[in-house]
Amino acid sequence: MQKIRIRYAKRGRLAFTSHRDFARALERAMRRAAVPIAYSSGFSPHPKISYASAAPTGVASEAEYFEVGLQAPVDPEWLRGSLDAALPPGLDILEAVEARTSDFADRLSGSHWVLRLPGVPDSTAEAAVAAFLAADEVPVERTTKSGRRTMDARSPVVRLAVTQRVPAVGEPGGEVGNTTPAPAAGGVDGPCAILDLVVRHVTPSVRPDDVLAGLRVVAELAPPVPPKVTRLAQGTLTGPGEIIDPLVADRDRAVSGTPST
Amino acid sequence: MSDTATRRPGESVFDRLEPLLPQVQKPIQYVGGELGAVTKQWDGAAVRWALMYPDAYEVGQPNQGVQILYEVLNEQDDVLAERTYSVWPDLEALLREHRVPQFTVDAHRPVGDFDLFGVSFSTELGYTNLLTALDLAGIPLHAADRDDSHPIVLAGGHAAFNPEPIADFLDAAVLGDGEEAVLEITDIVRAFKAEGSPGGRDELLLRLARTESVYVPRFYDVEYLPDGRIQRIVPNRPDVPFRVHKRTTMDLDAWPYPKKPLVPLAETVHERYAVEIFRGCTRGCRFCQAGMITRPVRERSITTIGDMVENGLKESGFNEVGLLSLSSADHSEIGAVTHGLADRYQGSNVSLSLPSTRVDAFNVELAEELARNGRRTGLTFAPEGGSERIRKVINKMVTEEDLIRTVVTAYSGGWRQVKLYFMCGLPTETDDDVLQIARLAHEVITTGRQTTGSRDIRCTVSIGGFVPKPHTPFQWAAMADPETIDRRLKALRDAINSNRSLGRAIGYRYHDGRPSHIEGLLSRGDRRVGRVIEHVWRDGGRFDGWSEHFSYDRWVAACDAELPALGVSLAWYTTRERQQAEVLPWDHLDSGLDSDWLWADWQDALSEVEQDDCRWTPCFDCGVCPAMDTEIQIGPTGRKLLPLTPVNT
Repeated sequence: MQKIRIRYAKRGRLAFTSHRDFARALERAMRRAAVPIAYSSGFSPHPKISYASAAPTGVASEAEYFEVGLQAPVDPEWLRGSLDAALPPGLDILEAVEARTSDFADRLSGSHWVLRLPGVPDSTAEAAVAAFLAADEVPVERTTKSGRRTMDARSPVVRLAVTQRVPAVGEPGGEVGNTTPAPAAGGVDGPCAILDLVVRHVTPSVRPDDVLAGLRVVAELAPPVPPKVTRLAQGTLTGPGEIIDPLVADRDRAVSGTPST
Repeated sequence: MSDTATRRPGESVFDRLEPLLPQVQKPIQYVGGELGAVTKQWDGAAVRWALMYPDAYEVGQPNQGVQILYEVLNEQDDVLAERTYSVWPDLEALLREHRVPQFTVDAHRPVGDFDLFGVSFSTELGYTNLLTALDLAGIPLHAADRDDSHPIVLAGGHAAFNPEPIADFLDAAVLGDGEEAVLEITDIVRAFKAEGSPGGRDELLLRLARTESVYVPRFYDVEYLPDGRIQRIVPNRPDVPFRVHKRTTMDLDAWPYPKKPLVPLAETVHERYAVEIFRGCTRGCRFCQAGMITRPVRERSITTIGDMVENGLKESGFNEVGLLSLSSADHSEIGAVTHGLADRYQGSNVSLSLPSTRVDAFNVELAEELARNGRRTGLTFAPEGGSERIRKVINKMVTEEDLIRTVVTAYSGGWRQVKLYFMCGLPTETDDDVLQIARLAHEVITTGRQTTGSRDIRCTVSIGGFVPKPHTPFQWAAMADPETIDRRLKALRDAINSNRSLGRAIGYRYHDGRPSHIEGLLSRGDRRVGRVIEHVWRDGGRFDGWSEHFSYDRWVAACDAELPALGVSLAWYTTRERQQAEVLPWDHLDSGLDSDWLWADWQDALSEVEQDDCRWTPCFDCGVCPAMDTEIQIGPTGRKLLPLTPVNT
């Protein structure tokens, strides 16, 4: 069975798509595009699609991943193009690479996020970030299915800084994104601090809203409107906080002609 | 309530909405962008419609009526149609706080900027949501307070056959099928605007009223008798018709919509491609408003159905198809339709279903045919009444033998669970009629166990409160009070569980009688009920179709506050039987049904006399065909559905 790994983006208003919403939309797009998808056997067959660490609802992303199993081999670029055409604009299929390695999930060890805080001056954000980074531990509370729990928002943060602009492709940070996300929410005049954040994936995962909660804990940073968050990249985290494109390994294997696993 | 100072008409409010969305439940429902959605330039459009289904997106989005009108209107080059739904109370509070108006989900334009605001009512329980939307849109609640800057507020859907309770809030209502009506209204508005809107709002409404198929409540006066009954309803202008007639789209093959179904991103109540296989019903169930007001029967041909299914699946990517109608097995070529579709989609992941079938063993065969792919979706039958006697009263011609045979056929065919729908509170009903449901359910399980030799079978009894509806033979009937309904429902539960072995195999679902009681007020109410609706709304009433939001006490309090001064009451509207001579609030709205025929059928009901199906037997003079210049359209056409290569093998 051929397996293809795909990177997609959630952009603009479709950032409000939840993971479940996306999964349903994708399955329908597969049918519209007549993708020869493989199904599980059994009474109620399910398409063979596995998703990797989806961004939270309301968060835009340039780097979401899933893997799909197919009954018959297809050209990955054909699959990318037809799925992209079948999905609504805003759910954009960016890359498709045939899976030739088996440790894909392990390669998603970190995420690069950008957080826009409309109404927050840079100086305020900088002070909060400094206080956050100076702390050994920043306990924050989150409500989960099993009730309220406390976690440390500090230790998984590899990099947190106030930045003047969003890093683009190829710059330090190792972004694989090919578009610069839209500017801050229109209609909100005045300052808008931009935070650059790299987080190591841990269990339970620490997400941008946990880091924001941490900034509130250490410095009472309370943005007047909800921040706009975008995931720029997911991949293998290196020591200095760079992220390596997780599809590189599959591409390299393809080039060297190693048979698929 | 929107800030109009700096805004251009039709400008998106999304930038103001977006910061609010992370703070509400299921924000995806407000962002639009679904496959099949259309966004047009505001400035190029001659006529602009905002279409609303007055319930949450998850309920409203799948509504076919709105989807069809949206597509029909947007096919016109110079017409723009966008959709809006009720916002949940969490977003309503934020919209008020941040002064963001009711918006469309397509391009997030303020509803108040459109020429027409068309609202489709399937149920009267959406009336309070209309008021929320008007208020959020900055449109005055009362039609009398609106000026040329406000949209024409227009109601459609089944509840528009008696729009009197919301007459104060509407500029107009349209009865019947919408496909051609919206285009005709669009033409009138287009011409009126092109002439420079001479005479303003009043002139436009007059032009609409003169078509005799748009009801403009303000052009009619209602006079009352000292005892509270209506004396007469008459036009208050010379060139307005005495009666307004319903619209009927005769050739369904010429209107094969939806062609490009809207595919939701959010989870909704029905995620499937639905094809209406025919409109109307001739069975003559006396409680069924839909069956009465959608006459005559108009069938879609087998080839159009086949093309619509094929194309609809391709366009949408849905893997479920529903063949809809009021009684789906009654299509004259239903056997060929189900066989053809089952052949075509065998081996694919497409599941086919036939909702709304009669209690008939033939329908189990059809369901088996559709389930060839292996998926057995639930089988539901609606005997509606528990005793043979009450089924004669309601003209649901099913014998107990039929029912048992049908259900047992289903168990033998591999279905493990069958759902049975009933009503409580039907005219002439006694405690015993309702208790018979328990006996029937016990019999179903006993016979099922004997025939299949298996104990692994279940049936679910669902029972709802009966609501007398306008334009039906029961429009004169007294409702049972909620206490009687609740007492019978509890007694039924005890009777079902009186035999523990059988009771364990029977599921029992019921709602208390209180929401039905209020639905009864709103169905048969007149213009005086508008005050009650507004009172409830001002007191916080929202989403009355949702049990978690509905408050019976709030409705009763509003009735007590508003109605006594007018000499009427909640009971006067609901539990009072009407006489033949009484002027009913909807008598000036013509559904085609002859009032004498309805009355005769009501008398037949009281004498437990059944009326046959006019599809198979001679005409019974209900009046629709001659009055509306229409006729029953049924096959067979003799055409066949060719199996095509499945979309996804």
